[in-house]
Amino acid sequence: MSKKKRTDYENEQPKINRISKKTNFIFSAIFFLLALICVVPVVYIIIISFSSSESIAAKGYSFFPDSLTLEAYQYLWNNKVMILKAFGVSATVTITGTIVGLFLTSSMGYVLTRSKFKLKGLLTWVVFIPMVFGGGLVSTYNVYTTVLGLKDSVWVLILPMAVSSFHVIIAKTFIRTTIPQSIFESAEIDGASQLRIYFQMVIPLSKPLLATIGLLLSFGYWNDWWLSLMYIDSRDLYSLQAVLMSIERNIEYLAQNANTMGISSAQYAATMPKESMRMAMAVLIVVPIACVYPFFQRYFVSGLTIGSVKE
Amino acid sequence: MPCYNNSKAINRYSTVLDNTDLLKQKEVLMSKKSKGVKKKRWTRDDTQLALLALPTTIWYVCFCFLPMFGVLMAFKNYRIVEAGRSFFYNLLHSETTGFKNFEFLFSSGSGTRVLKLTLTYNIAFIILGIVVPVILSLMMSQLHGKRYGKTCQTLMFLPYFMSWVIVGYFVYAFLSPDKGLFNTILTMLNKDTVNWYREPEYWPYFLVFLNVWKGMGYGMVVYLASITGIDTSLYEAAMMDGATKFQQAVKITLPLMKSVIIMMFILSIGGLVRSDFGLFYQVPKASNSLYTVTETIDVFIYKMIKEQPNPNMGSAASFLQSVVSCALILITNRIVKWMDKDSAII
Repeated sequence: MSKKKRTDYENEQPKINRISKKTNFIFSAIFFLLALICVVPVVYIIIISFSSSESIAAKGYSFFPDSLTLEAYQYLWNNKVMILKAFGVSATVTITGTIVGLFLTSSMGYVLTRSKFKLKGLLTWVVFIPMVFGGGLVSTYNVYTTVLGLKDSVWVLILPMAVSSFHVIIAKTFIRTTIPQSIFESAEIDGASQLRIYFQMVIPLSKPLLATIGLLLSFGYWNDWWLSLMYIDSRDLYSLQAVLMSIERNIEYLAQNANTMGISSAQYAATMPKESMRMAMAVLIVVPIACVYPFFQRYFVSGLTIGSVKE
Repeated sequence: MPCYNNSKAINRYSTVLDNTDLLKQKEVLMSKKSKGVKKKRWTRDDTQLALLALPTTIWYVCFCFLPMFGVLMAFKNYRIVEAGRSFFYNLLHSETTGFKNFEFLFSSGSGTRVLKLTLTYNIAFIILGIVVPVILSLMMSQLHGKRYGKTCQTLMFLPYFMSWVIVGYFVYAFLSPDKGLFNTILTMLNKDTVNWYREPEYWPYFLVFLNVWKGMGYGMVVYLASITGIDTSLYEAAMMDGATKFQQAVKITLPLMKSVIIMMFILSIGGLVRSDFGLFYQVPKASNSLYTVTETIDVFIYKMIKEQPNPNMGSAASFLQSVVSCALILITNRIVKWMDKDSAII
């Protein structure tokens, strides 16, 4: 989608050829409702996370709690060692994964644009086949755990999500259509090696592409819980999503953790603001995304639409 | 979406390049360098490009192609033949049982039940997942206030960025049996409360709603982009001829969106025998009472790996899933190609 077209769409709805005021009002109302349905759950859990235990006990989860407190967050703060560790895992995985993924994706994307490359046909198949055929969950699980030995290692959270054929094709399309191929030719004539062309020309020239794929990757890593569920047993490698998931299944998780702090787990579980604390954890994950995505939305949109360009 | 058959485009591109002086110049230089050598020889550039592609290729081999050989497991009675050996050693030395695993899967009745459930959900998801965003994007493109439309679109994109674990919490806040909003409202209306996580009859609606809710923003982005690309003079001409807005949408916009819609359709057809594990496992909190309506194929396979290990039955289901979705993509694409050459994606 070019800039020009986008502005056309914004300004140039001819005044004569428009839907009537009444229809417009109905449509606007429908979209208002739909937007509300999408936003209300987030607001709702934020309110719950600030509700006091007494209010939750008396009124249940309510949009209008009797009293607001910070006790859930205080509780999380008291457990900051665990929360920070999980946050650390999430952040490490997101950052490392995004960097590794960007390198693997863009290098393959560049190589696939070089029409003179002898192995291009083979590599195109290498990228294409996984799009239609996969080994399935059982053998993937066995290969990751026994052949690659990735169980309970931080790499299992990073590597499986680093490359996707979809991203490689976005990268290839972008490099071929936005960067004039003749500058690669001229660099080759000047004697630049392919590695040098990649690092000094392709990377700096494809910043919008890297931004798009980087965002897709980092949101994917931040939101991932599947790999933790399948391959991670060690509590030290729990990401925020995994902690949230394990609280889910095992409400005593935090209480167990408390053993190390010298309080009995039963005592601890009793004093825990369970309900609001769960929601506070969820808020910790949701709020960063909800604050960030409106600013980066256009990169997503461009990524999704580059991908859907059919040449 | 992605175009797999790029050779055409590249050929077209290289014919453009052939006309440039630069390339001619380069070819002159090349021929000077490599006199009397065949053109197809492996060059230094090839080595360097291969080196650049090596890490990603290794990644593909490890994470995509190795598991592909594991599908053999569906025809084996897999067991650890020798402790400490790798998966493939054990796999090759396990007893070959032919189609026993499949027979077992279907004779136990679970195979048929799981497949039926998966297909039913997916048909609903595919139809609604196309119809709803297409209608919404048609409506949105007509809004008078463009800024208002953009804001709504941004807000409607929000669920797309939430993981299913988080969505599970949202749902819990509404459906929790003692504290959830739904039961609070039911109590206020003096009706009996419902133990939502134990009543399977409501869940198909919840799951379909959630799936549409989460995918709405993404679909709208794709379809709005294609509507935006339509030449506005077409609408002006139609208006001159007296077409109403509705006629314009049906006769102009929809036909021009056809290839995008078909592309999204082909892509979703491939997922007909897949199911979103998060939606069916995390959102209903893995509740045992709901398994009749949530045990779709991925939940089933997950249980065969983690909860009640039975890798043979799991691998048979897994194999069916891989092969059927591959076949579905290729067949649908072939049919589409046969009906309308330009809309096919491969």
